[in-house]
Amino acid sequence: MSELTLFLIRFAYLAILWIFVLSAISVIRSDMFGARVPETARDATPARGKAGKSKAKASTPRRGSPTHLVVVEGDNVGARAELSQAPLLIGRGSDAAIKLDDDYVSTRHARVAASGDEWFVEDLGSTNGTYVGAARITQPTTIGLGVQVRIGKTILELRK
Amino acid sequence: MSEPGAPGFVHRPRRGAELFLLLAALVVGIGAYVAVGLGVQGTVPANIIGYSGWLAALTIAAHVAVRLVAPYADPVLLPLVAALNGLGLAVIHRLDLAYEAVDKPHSFAQQQLTWMTLGIVLFIVTIILLRDHRSLQRLTYTSGAAGIALLLLPFMPIVGNEINGARIWINVAGFSFQPGEVAKLLLVVAFSGYLVRHRDALALAGRRVLFIDLPRGRDLGPILAMFAVSMMILVAQNDLGSSLLFFGLFLVTLYVATERPGWLVVGGLLFAGGALAAYTFVGNVQNRFNFWLHPMDYYYESPGSGQLVEGMFGMGWGGLIGRGFGEGSPSSVPYANSDFIIAAIGEELGLTAVMAVILCYGLIVERALRIALISRDGFGKLLAVGLGSIVALQVFVVVGGVTGLIPLTGLTTPFLSYGGSSLVANWVIIALLIRISDQARRPIPRMTDLSGTFDSETTQVVKLT
Repeated sequence: MSELTLFLIRFAYLAILWIFVLSAISVIRSDMFGARVPETARDATPARGKAGKSKAKASTPRRGSPTHLVVVEGDNVGARAELSQAPLLIGRGSDAAIKLDDDYVSTRHARVAASGDEWFVEDLGSTNGTYVGAARITQPTTIGLGVQVRIGKTILELRK
Repeated sequence: MSEPGAPGFVHRPRRGAELFLLLAALVVGIGAYVAVGLGVQGTVPANIIGYSGWLAALTIAAHVAVRLVAPYADPVLLPLVAALNGLGLAVIHRLDLAYEAVDKPHSFAQQQLTWMTLGIVLFIVTIILLRDHRSLQRLTYTSGAAGIALLLLPFMPIVGNEINGARIWINVAGFSFQPGEVAKLLLVVAFSGYLVRHRDALALAGRRVLFIDLPRGRDLGPILAMFAVSMMILVAQNDLGSSLLFFGLFLVTLYVATERPGWLVVGGLLFAGGALAAYTFVGNVQNRFNFWLHPMDYYYESPGSGQLVEGMFGMGWGGLIGRGFGEGSPSSVPYANSDFIIAAIGEELGLTAVMAVILCYGLIVERALRIALISRDGFGKLLAVGLGSIVALQVFVVVGGVTGLIPLTGLTTPFLSYGGSSLVANWVIIALLIRISDQARRPIPRMTDLSGTFDSETTQVVKLT
């Protein structure tokens, strides 16, 4: 095979290699921030809390956002923690932000943390689970204002 | 560890982009195979249809599995890995042809293809069986113990086997296998599970010395234990690379878990002390240092730096765009298909291709760190960082060693090198990353409108023990 053919093959192969790498980079670039949620899809989401929150945000930003987490039912009614200190640990342990005296609560039961302007509750592998509404959560779940989070016999919610 | 995910954005599945990139990756792999055939034998290889069909079937099978069970997974990881694996296969095939020319026929490429098949099967099985990476958190201590046990396995009589002075192999039913490759995976799971639970103690307690928060003495237990394990690997197995990998891995995970530079200081000091001790007492380590500092002086000696120097000659001869497949003599480097595959690529495809390969690794690591950033649970974050740093450390140690940046240590180049254990383990690493990224990029389920329908009778509470 002639020298020139081999040279062209070598060059073509290097070009293929780089085209692959560059197209991978371009996919990453377009993927960097994800896609903006289409307006229609957002309206269609049956999320009352979210819709209310974004409306409030339009007038004065952050006015509708919760500021603290409070126990509304159970032995520790009234115990609260400021969200400014997030992430908040909830449990029976002494390092918890809200320390509950509830036999059905694990030492490190759940964590409440922020992502952007949304709040999440995450179960930390507790024995009895964490419930948002009536459903036991298996992954970090968004909670809005007034959504009841049940941990053992205690109910907590976000308040303004 | 706050999430930077901008509100109002969601991740799209991007499976179409993945398919497109996978096709490009196939072109990279099959193109290399054809170029090898044209360059070395002068014709397109006879089995090209079967070969490319098989490669395409494997790749598409992996893609379909991802599409079905992990639809939101990262679109770039799988193509990057497929391209590296395909390129590796072609280069190993090229070396097989070179060995054949000097009447030492091998079928490394054939075996590597078998291992790749097994790797992809395990990849698919992993993403199908493991629907949520957090179930691995339950196996923290189990996998830690299993990892240590696997590391000790080569010392067992009967199964243990020593090859080239490194006691890292076991023989089971005629196959030799490096259990350390699987152990690194298990240890990452163990590190992440352990640290996500105990990071508060490790992160918060301590005192400040010269702008650096040093940890408390009593919290040094885990890092000292891991240091002891690494030193044991170094001294007993004579395996510098793995020792460095395990300790580096633990240090990275610890640093990421605690966000505390003090651990890096402690770890760096331990590492420096260990390296000094190894240099003084282990002859092999001393040799490696000498070969690194004065490669040319030991060229004719045995053990000498012949391999390293031949690799450098090869890369130097290859230059910017390489000699072209068939025009170099990469087979003059011993173990060109495992440790020195980067030198073989540098010789026949040049610096241009080596840069592309390193960029591919960079992108894999970038995706892993990105997955860690967007992951919503601490365990997933640490696991992704750990898995990414396995790849990063391995590539750094091998490519750094081959190019003479750091002393040469034996490790495989992920996905490129010939080596079944490593290839299979690395495919499982990618499967775990795909699983975590699917969890992380999936839109968040909304439960905000369920308040009020709350009923404590619907669920049963179990009293804590």
